[in-house]
Amino acid sequence: MNVPIGLPLGLVLGALTLWILVAFASLLIPRVPRIAPAIFPLGAVGALLTAFAGALALGGPPIQMVLPWGLPGLPFHIRLDALSGFFLVLSGITTCAISLDLAGYRQREHYPAAARIGLQYHILLASVALIFIADDAYLFMIAWEAMALSSYFLVVTDHRTAAVREAGFLYLLIEHVGALAILVAFGILASRAAPGTPLAYSFGALHAAAPGPMMAGVVFVLALIGFGAKAGLLPLHVWLPEAHPVAPSPISALLSGVLLKVGIYGLLRVVFTLLPAPAPWWGVTVLVVGLATALFGALLSAVQSDMKRLLAYSSVENIGLIAAGIGLALLFLAYGLTVLAALALIAALYHSLNHAFFKSLLFLGTGSVLHATGERNLGRLGGLIHRMPQTALGMLIGTLAIAGVPPLNGFVSEWLMLQAFLKATALPRPYLAMAIPLGAALTALVAGLAAYVMVKFYGIVFLGRPREARLASATESGVWERAALGMLAVFCVAAGLLPAYIIALIRPVAHLLTGAGGRTAVATGGPAADIVVAHAAYVPSVLWAALAAVGLVGVLLVRARHPRSMRRAPVWNCGYPVLTARMQDTAEGFGQPIRHIFTSFLRIRRLRPGPDDPEPRYESVVEDRLWYVLYLPLARGFQAVFDKARLLRHRRIAIYLLYTLATLVILLAFAP
Amino acid sequence: MTLDLVVRQALQTLFVIAAAPLLTGWIRQCRAWLGNRTGAGILQPVRELRKLFRKEPVVASEASALFVATPYILFAAMVLAGAIVPMVATRMPLAAAADAVALAGLFALTRVFAALAAMDLGTAFASMGARRTMLVGFLAEPALLMVLFTPALISGSTSLIVIVRHLAGHGFVLYPSMAFAAAAYLMVTLAENARLPVDNPETHLELTMIHEALNLEYSGRYLALIEWGAGMKLLVYIGIGVALFLPWGITQSHGLAALPGAFALFAVKLAAAGAGLAVIETLLAKLRLFRVPEFLGTAFLLAVLGLLVRYLLGS
Repeated sequence: MNVPIGLPLGLVLGALTLWILVAFASLLIPRVPRIAPAIFPLGAVGALLTAFAGALALGGPPIQMVLPWGLPGLPFHIRLDALSGFFLVLSGITTCAISLDLAGYRQREHYPAAARIGLQYHILLASVALIFIADDAYLFMIAWEAMALSSYFLVVTDHRTAAVREAGFLYLLIEHVGALAILVAFGILASRAAPGTPLAYSFGALHAAAPGPMMAGVVFVLALIGFGAKAGLLPLHVWLPEAHPVAPSPISALLSGVLLKVGIYGLLRVVFTLLPAPAPWWGVTVLVVGLATALFGALLSAVQSDMKRLLAYSSVENIGLIAAGIGLALLFLAYGLTVLAALALIAALYHSLNHAFFKSLLFLGTGSVLHATGERNLGRLGGLIHRMPQTALGMLIGTLAIAGVPPLNGFVSEWLMLQAFLKATALPRPYLAMAIPLGAALTALVAGLAAYVMVKFYGIVFLGRPREARLASATESGVWERAALGMLAVFCVAAGLLPAYIIALIRPVAHLLTGAGGRTAVATGGPAADIVVAHAAYVPSVLWAALAAVGLVGVLLVRARHPRSMRRAPVWNCGYPVLTARMQDTAEGFGQPIRHIFTSFLRIRRLRPGPDDPEPRYESVVEDRLWYVLYLPLARGFQAVFDKARLLRHRRIAIYLLYTLATLVILLAFAP
Repeated sequence: MTLDLVVRQALQTLFVIAAAPLLTGWIRQCRAWLGNRTGAGILQPVRELRKLFRKEPVVASEASALFVATPYILFAAMVLAGAIVPMVATRMPLAAAADAVALAGLFALTRVFAALAAMDLGTAFASMGARRTMLVGFLAEPALLMVLFTPALISGSTSLIVIVRHLAGHGFVLYPSMAFAAAAYLMVTLAENARLPVDNPETHLELTMIHEALNLEYSGRYLALIEWGAGMKLLVYIGIGVALFLPWGITQSHGLAALPGAFALFAVKLAAAGAGLAVIETLLAKLRLFRVPEFLGTAFLLAVLGLLVRYLLGS
């Protein structure tokens, strides 16, 4: 592509400037209400600029720049390569749709929340873009912290409720545990840099540090913990199901669609470009953690009855699948199978892109439902396809996409992932070659569970009878919201029907990270836009044209030969005349088989009243097992330790000075 | 040459569409014989379909567009599946456009749509059926994929064409791994097609039905399309089984001369499979719903055993 070399980076910097300006302009909304309608559309323009810049960067050479903006003598390094470019495209498209939705959100929320969201949201967008282009640990950590704080404020938008504040605190806490791990990882790498390296914190210098296998392993584990906390890998996923339900829906979309991918980006950046060649156990670790996360998320999302908690656990599941793909890529890379590593990586990145599209779509649609009905509980919804037909159509596309059903995009990444798993037989270690195809079975199980969950979600929210009388007055959402849904739905369909183009976009990233030369295991192209792995093809355009043709011929034939139209009548219901909304499956009922089969994986608290209870109540609550096996014991442990530590406090200044002296002496004794 | 491809493709597709009701009729007839009954003849499903197409369909007034569109989607998807599986010939344009995993995806598509359409009216039986269908589906899918992986490992590709060429090209070699896979595949086929012991296609016994519960509100041509589609699904499953485990006789030549023989051989295989199915259904009783996970778990483990045997013995 013939574009000026500075154009992509210029576009990103332009978008950053635009976002910062818009962010501070939001503060003026109370004084100058006229500017309010322009705030979020301008943010969307910025998002489109970054997406465009990212697409340009994918086709072009890496661009580097040093900005003299940090502290004196500590400049910022920025770099736009294929990896940054891909994630800029992902976040640009997704945040463009979210900005459109927020434009509608602003119209209906008149309290100052809109202005606050305007400020924090655009700072968040800017910090995310900065993370993607940062080329040193210093700028990276500053942008990371800005992202953590601004997203925290967005999560606690509705800060008057105690539950919101608690969820926000949990989010902030895990975010910072992760940030500490990342900081230590960078610190270890910087300490290994050759003495006298100028600007040892730049990514170039960190890569040149090339620590030994032991230290590289430590850095890998720290990076996995740090970025895993952001992405929601087991066991650090607990913030997702708490933070997503309490945040405003467009912000939940942003959390799931984009911010989780920032964790994935960080993991890829550190593990693939900063660290030396991976050891096999890295790949196995990421693969096992990823698959465990995926299964756990799928099971817990199947038993939820809150729309947003369900979607949040489903995000945990999808992140797990992405991580499994990355683990597989690391494993292939460790054994020098770069071509296969590129295949696994393409599958993981494709799934990241898909998840950004369909999960944002689902969260935005959930926001519309929430606004129209004021209800987040699946048990009080139903039949909305009649009241909100366009939202229901958009959500149907999202549902089919996340269920991994062809012809939508979720299936393409699942297909690629399964092909990558099948290729694991090429690994030179027999036990690995034997065990890893079982991961494919787990992936299939997770995909099947995802389909189960999404049928439950869509069926209960949009189909059936309204479970509450007031649902009959629900109305379709506004133009902005529907535009946002439509845009994401179009991207879901396009990424499903034209996989060759998406893979052409991802391929430079896979080559950059794995060092696979011109060849990858996925062949693409041709007029049919097909994808081929080892002679196995998936050509969606031909298949779905054929399906549409058969369907059309079927309709025409049936109509031509039997022109009698149908008759509308009351529901038959096996002849039973009284049908009420209470007779339908509830969310709990739909999840019951899962609870039954996977009892040992779940912690179920049942409330069974005694026989002479005057006010009997039946309840069964499924809880996250990890709270009880990990977090609560951990909290009790900390409590015990600090209770003991309290003995060291004497409230006398002399004793504290003594402590200081002792510390100094010890440090001096150990100083080299 | 190109015309050849189109002719082969069209003939096989039409064969699948036409043979599906006959296969259903044949299985019912065999079951009747095994039960010492006369039976209604193998043309009975054709008569039933004709009757249903003639009747005016009654659709619930609360039904949405999804409910009306679903029968067409199910039917079209099964026709497409019938066109993809190489049952009589390997040189077919659509067979090259999708592999076994895409085929599994196509089945998942029909399952999701059937379940959603069932939930559309909010009746108790239909949502129960939707839940159970999805349950069987997500348990059967991993087993199905594991089954497909064994021949995929032997031939090096998940494409059914490549598998057929590889397996048929080596003469009558018996792979021990394929025996395990075939047993697992049989169990998955029974579950996915709502046959005994997972579901009983003959009854509307309210508390045990799975597949029938989905169709309770359909009538007229919609019901006809769904029933026809279900028949094609069974045929396609047998077709996949034939391609994986008995690929001999599937023509790989360019001309059309071998086609009649291939069709005849495939019809014989179908008839044998249908008779076998009738025997199985006569001998087995229906399982409790919560024994189904064990049934499919067994299928999964058999498939995994097949995979391991393939690794350890290389055969």
